[in-house]
Amino acid sequence: MNEVMVSAEGVRKHFGRLEVLRGIDLEVRAGEVLCMIGPSGAGKSTFLRCINHLEKIDEGRLTVDGELVGYREHSGRLYELRDREVGQRRAQIGMVFQHFNLFPHMTALENVTVGPLKVKHEDKGAATERGREMLRRVGLADKVVAYPRQLSGGQQQRVAIARALCMQPKLMLFDEPTSALDPELVSDVLDVMRSLADDGMTMVVVTHEMGFAREVGDSLVFMDEGVIVESGPPKSVLTSPRHERTQAFLSRIL
Amino acid sequence: MGTAEPAKTPGRPGADTQVVPLRHPGRPRTEMQVVPLRHPGRWVAAAVVCLLAAMAVHSLFFSNVKRDGVTESRFEWDIINHYFFSTGVLEGLGVTLALTAVAMAGGILLGVVLSIMRLSPNPIVTGSSWVYIWFFRGTPVLVQLLFWYNAAYIFPSFTLGVPFGPALAHFNLNSWLTPFVAACLGLALNEGAYMAEIIRAGIISVDEGQTEAAQSLGMSRLQALRLIVLPQAMRVVIPPTGNETISMLKTSSLASVVVAPELLFRVEQIYAANYYVIPLLMVASLQYLWVTSVLMVGQYYLERHYARGAARQLPPTPLQRLRRWLLIRPDEHRWARLAHPKTVPLAGYPHE
Repeated sequence: MNEVMVSAEGVRKHFGRLEVLRGIDLEVRAGEVLCMIGPSGAGKSTFLRCINHLEKIDEGRLTVDGELVGYREHSGRLYELRDREVGQRRAQIGMVFQHFNLFPHMTALENVTVGPLKVKHEDKGAATERGREMLRRVGLADKVVAYPRQLSGGQQQRVAIARALCMQPKLMLFDEPTSALDPELVSDVLDVMRSLADDGMTMVVVTHEMGFAREVGDSLVFMDEGVIVESGPPKSVLTSPRHERTQAFLSRIL
Repeated sequence: MGTAEPAKTPGRPGADTQVVPLRHPGRPRTEMQVVPLRHPGRWVAAAVVCLLAAMAVHSLFFSNVKRDGVTESRFEWDIINHYFFSTGVLEGLGVTLALTAVAMAGGILLGVVLSIMRLSPNPIVTGSSWVYIWFFRGTPVLVQLLFWYNAAYIFPSFTLGVPFGPALAHFNLNSWLTPFVAACLGLALNEGAYMAEIIRAGIISVDEGQTEAAQSLGMSRLQALRLIVLPQAMRVVIPPTGNETISMLKTSSLASVVVAPELLFRVEQIYAANYYVIPLLMVASLQYLWVTSVLMVGQYYLERHYARGAARQLPPTPLQRLRRWLLIRPDEHRWARLAHPKTVPLAGYPHE
């Protein structure tokens, strides 16, 4: 069995009086692809954002690769990390957003190299070379000098994946990466994600693509109202869900 | 098949599947003449504007007036011409430009700091920025200038050192706070308050997802601000900043009140001696006008620079447009089209 990459124990999060996560227990092992499904407002995206500390958790314990997210434990106390230290941990986790969030004032190549250059202070030549290689890998070798506005949604999302990969992360988080795309562009992005999974990347994917979850996912989690309702191998959860909320959700979307 | 068969398209026998006819089935395909709409109102408006312009040009350059029995040109262009390049005026212009540059540079710097303070999570920092903006926007800039000019009366000396402890450096404000320094201070401190609001508006205009994406790459809050947010905010910040610069160029004339030797002050000095009030005010106005024009061109190209990535394709510059306009056939010129509106043959029949 591989080592544990992400571990959550009783993770809770609320925005004001609204409880978004009500005790999440979950484990992702290195090399595993975990897909999270569920109705909107279930807390999937919030949980994903907690993993790289874009949201602070209120209760529970969340670790990535054995290190607490956002805190340092020392003699029975939790010390909040500085902005720089949080950054150093985030640099090891790639994140892909629903709305791409590419930097519009930079070309595709500048988008993918800004992290290695400014955060990891890498040599410009090496960073550029790897940037080109990553863009080639996502099938955009000819779009190196294009600005995001000049690219289609699917191309933009593939640049966003290349941007995350250029940081050589040990974990990739995908927040509904295909939800903002035209249907015919979805498959390009899913193909890139599939090849990443084949290479053994650890991935947590919030998605509505049941086909992708079934084929690529090693495990599947169904969330509703801030709790994990059901989890297990994708095929069994999708074909024979045990919980009635899962059954109701799946019958509505399949 | 269904009972209600749609009308078959003529000329397409054998097409028994459902075909929606694009053209009217009964009518043949024709070439139609399209007569453009005439706009007589535009011609009338153009004529009125041309007439008014001609009257203005005549009164400015070609009309004479009798003063004390002597006929001379109304606006005394020879005098304007003489003083336009005089040493006093050019020195004044130099001081005006220096004042504008220093005040704007100081204002922008202060504005960046104040706007970042305003967005800080620390309420004391946010509050102090708010109080600064409240005070400096709430009092007239002329009063602020007069205050700095007279500041040496309240604070005759200025000491740098450990608070309530030993002094490290000592300034005598009476000699240090010259009219130029007082004007720079007053204008820059006032401008800082306005620039802070302009830059804050720019920062808020950038989508929060940009900061999140930058942070998820491992950037710190300040790195994300400097590398990702501020360059995008520039697009929103530059037009009002250009506006502020042009406004500052002219606001700097208020410094004449505190005897800073800028353009208006020098001009006033000259006409106080020779009584050529109007020609010298024309000289000052024309000087302000040409500097403003240069600033406008600079702003245009600066805006283009920061529009990178915001538009799929940048629109051509006026120079590029002129070159293209000169290269096309004369009868395609807009003026030619205005004079001879052609009827354009239109192929086919618009579908119904």
